[in-house]
Amino acid sequence: MIKVEHLYKDYAEDIKVLHDVNFTFEDGKTYAIIGSSGGGKSTFIRCLNMLEVPTSGTITLDGTVVNDPKTDLTKIREKMGMVFQNFNLFEHMVAKKNVAYALMKVKGMEKEQAYEKAVEMLEKVGLGHRVNSYPHQLSGGEKQRVAIARALAMEPEILLCDEPTSALDPEMTTEVLKVLKSLSHTGLTMIVVTHEMAFAREVADYILYMDQGEITECSTPAEFFTNAKTERARQFVANML
Amino acid sequence: MTLRFDRLGPYLPFLLNGIWPVIILSLVAAFFGCVIGFIAALAKRRGGAIGKIFGAYIDFFRGTPAFVQLYFVHMALPQILKFNWPGWLSCVIVFSLNSGAYLAEVMRAGIEGIDRGQIEAAKALGVKSKDITRDIIVPQALRKILPAMFNEFIALTKETSIVSVVGMMDLMRRSSIIQGTLYITFEPLLVVLVVYYLLNKILSFCGKCLERKLKYD
Repeated sequence: MIKVEHLYKDYAEDIKVLHDVNFTFEDGKTYAIIGSSGGGKSTFIRCLNMLEVPTSGTITLDGTVVNDPKTDLTKIREKMGMVFQNFNLFEHMVAKKNVAYALMKVKGMEKEQAYEKAVEMLEKVGLGHRVNSYPHQLSGGEKQRVAIARALAMEPEILLCDEPTSALDPEMTTEVLKVLKSLSHTGLTMIVVTHEMAFAREVADYILYMDQGEITECSTPAEFFTNAKTERARQFVANML
Repeated sequence: MTLRFDRLGPYLPFLLNGIWPVIILSLVAAFFGCVIGFIAALAKRRGGAIGKIFGAYIDFFRGTPAFVQLYFVHMALPQILKFNWPGWLSCVIVFSLNSGAYLAEVMRAGIEGIDRGQIEAAKALGVKSKDITRDIIVPQALRKILPAMFNEFIALTKETSIVSVVGMMDLMRRSSIIQGTLYITFEPLLVVLVVYYLLNKILSFCGKCLERKLKYD
């Protein structure tokens, strides 16, 4: 369970990105965070694993305050996998090493075991034939699936996805969303920032609508897409569909 | 006039032995230069007071001639410190600091060229920053800056030709001794030029091999 209380993030005196965000993510649920660009979606999800340091407020993961300077971030990040818009694969490592690296460095697995697990994870995302390819030899969709395998190999409790398909063409988007869909409701908590409305509607348990640095609404997809609570959200839905 | 390489002949081993100070000094200075350069690059990136100090060091050593630096360290500093150190130590100090300053800027550019996203991805996986530096940043930066680094090594090797001013028996010093003894100038200096040229050919060949070895795309 991730509990977010009074979260603020300012980049400067007059650039306030998050404004008093309060929310509790329940275990095992899938959340889609949607909203117009500049609404603070990415900043919010990046605060959850401290890639962005909040200005004030608290984020608590299973009782541990994530943004307490005394907290061992390594432990927190082990529990939270992350998938990025631009994949962020390690360019100098082949696919299986991309996946195996953190298993060895963070989980302390033996090399052989780590690579075995890496290959297994890559097979799970349909890339069993690509284990020895470098990132630059892979398509965008393949890169993102390697990135997903890399995050999942760590066996996180939570998977954060920051616009995982925004850099992909429609065909590759489909293959990546298929993988993400298969992960939902498997016990993994998923928090996905996305512009894919169909995915949000089909897969998410809850839609979080963010606007001007606040979560203005949390509804089930059925509620959100037929009768959103705020005028701006209704307009957003109308524009997207 | 005729060239008298036959007269140079007996002195050739004496002359060629001057290659050792060049090679040893270049290797030692390149090693310390890399270490100093790496520390300076990281410090300058981090900023703050320490970053500023390293920045000033880089600026100073790049902004003044190595020749004058060497004179200064060997002749001027002992006057203040009341302590004479041997010529080779002056050379090691000056050339390490000098190449360290140049390498720092090369390395800084390499580190800054690494895509931030990969560092974030590693952090998000829980990788410690020292592992990120060692396994993600350094191998990729090294690959990118290798040509520039070898450029610096070649410049360093050539720059060592001034060490005779502090009494080192390098190629240049030996060639002047031969010039004074045999009254021939062209022949020994030609040999010195050829030796430097070959030395740097070998160096750049090593650089190319290493580049190929580190290639991943």
